[in-house]
Amino acid sequence: MSEFLQQLLNGLSLGAIYALIALGYTMVYGVLRFINFAHSDVFMVGAFIGYYLGKLVPENTVWGGLVVLLAAMLGCALLGMIIERLAYRPLRGAATLNVLITAIGVSLLLEYSGQVFFGATPRTFPAVFPSANYAFGSLVISSNQILVIVVAALLMVALQLIVYRTKIGTAMRAVSLNPKAAQLVGVNNDVVISFTFGLGSALAGAGGILYALNYPSIDPLMGVMPGLKAFVAAVLGGIGNIPGAALGGLLLGTVETFVNGSQWSTYKDAIAFAILIIILLFRPAGLLGKFTVEKV
Amino acid sequence: MPKPHRYFLAALFIALGISHVSDKIDPYHLDVLTGIGINIILAVSLNLVNGFTGQFSLGHAGFMSVGAYAAAAFSLFVGPRLLGYAGGTAFQQGCLFFGALLTGGCFASLAGLLVGVPSLRLKGDYLALVTLGFGEIIRVIIQNVEFLGGALGLNGIPAYTTIFWVLAFVALSVFVVSCLVNSTYGRGFLATHDDEIASEAVGLNTTHYKIVAFVIGAFFAGTAGGLYGHFKMTITPTGFDFTKSVEIVVMVIMGGMGNTLGVILAAVLLTLLPELLRPIAEYRMIIYSLLLIVLMLVRPQGLFNFKLGKAKT
Repeated sequence: MSEFLQQLLNGLSLGAIYALIALGYTMVYGVLRFINFAHSDVFMVGAFIGYYLGKLVPENTVWGGLVVLLAAMLGCALLGMIIERLAYRPLRGAATLNVLITAIGVSLLLEYSGQVFFGATPRTFPAVFPSANYAFGSLVISSNQILVIVVAALLMVALQLIVYRTKIGTAMRAVSLNPKAAQLVGVNNDVVISFTFGLGSALAGAGGILYALNYPSIDPLMGVMPGLKAFVAAVLGGIGNIPGAALGGLLLGTVETFVNGSQWSTYKDAIAFAILIIILLFRPAGLLGKFTVEKV
Repeated sequence: MPKPHRYFLAALFIALGISHVSDKIDPYHLDVLTGIGINIILAVSLNLVNGFTGQFSLGHAGFMSVGAYAAAAFSLFVGPRLLGYAGGTAFQQGCLFFGALLTGGCFASLAGLLVGVPSLRLKGDYLALVTLGFGEIIRVIIQNVEFLGGALGLNGIPAYTTIFWVLAFVALSVFVVSCLVNSTYGRGFLATHDDEIASEAVGLNTTHYKIVAFVIGAFFAGTAGGLYGHFKMTITPTGFDFTKSVEIVVMVIMGGMGNTLGVILAAVLLTLLPELLRPIAEYRMIIYSLLLIVLMLVRPQGLFNFKLGKAKT
């Protein structure tokens, strides 16, 4: 029983990170209807911002950790907006496939530039937050796990508030529902899309720091696998659907952790996709997505 | 004899001719040419699925890996029983290799069928993701199969791939795909691509066309994998990951979806580009990715889409 709880906890903290990354995918998909492959590399850049900044702030302090976290979020938000401005905006209205290829191009660009500028060898992420282990019976909870879950929960609540309680959030939902109609009623689509990229990338940046705290070996290709799984999580929950992304992320993280702890651990990377395929076969629009029949 | 058949035969003779003078060609150039040929087969076969039928698949490398492993296993485990450990004559080896390639192609087709039947209910990005997922699942399964070498891969595959086989299979894939698409039956692929609902309304079984495209595409991906394995002599599961699938998709899109000639040119260019950029090795992938972005901004319809390969109506 305690082993089950332990695995559940590990799974939830991994799932919370997947959920943070998945939110960025799902928001961009919501407003632009394309898979932003570069998102996973924004996540990687977030971890590297944390790595370089972590050397400047005193280690093992809460405020130092928060500075690193916020700086990574800000840096990633800027990066996301720059990518959108330079690579995706000129393609507005082009075929989805072209945007997709551009996204792949941006992703490769970030990965290979990372390998040239950061170096391809893995680095050890500094312990920017103080860490301790708390034992409840045989259940061991590390402060990093609590941190991950708390930060992820706070960010998700904040996101929900932004999307449903602010003017720009209303505009985001309008663009997602119907971009042309939104423009007609006076929404500036470019601003909204840029904001969406900033918001999603900031979450990816936070995800990068949290991931690096729990798995403190970072390299320029570290984003590929978590990014792919987070995207699976977004689709699992129903892409374009914000609570769906959170649910998908938690579900995926939990299942993956349980598989990792079982005799099937070598199949860990396949399990995410297997779940995805099974769920899509029965619910083609994801768990929380609405299935719409195309009308002629 | 119809024109395409004549072209096909001519291409086979050219392949024979080139293979006769192959020992006079610089080995490095020969290697690059082999790489180009394998990429052409992959791109042309994916073009049938992505370009002509309009089903966005991101799992082509998965089918390639099934073919590579099946073909390699055939020549490693079945080969010695048929030819004896002496290795047999060149002709026997040729026949064995042909059999290995067909085995690879058939296994890949089978995988294509298994993937295609359930996933082709999905559309667009969802289909792309599921094919990507299948590609990854295939990779993880191969990693866990002991007799295929696991994560270390298969080593010591006989170097059967010669320039003749590569060129012959390039010719075969181009021949089959263009004849298929330009036939009366093949109009169904284009119809599925252009408007699925309208095609169904006039009585076309679009699911049937999608699956046929998938299976044939997978077959050639499998033979390309077989050629690749017997060229590199060693294969690892990680060599056929998501990045490889993306590389093939990029060739198809750059060539202009559904334009065979363009796709061939794109495959040639994208194989040559990393070789040409070799002197600035450190930055070559950065330049490659920048070129990709700039290309999509400047020529979104594909670099080589001059409406050359279009069939006459």
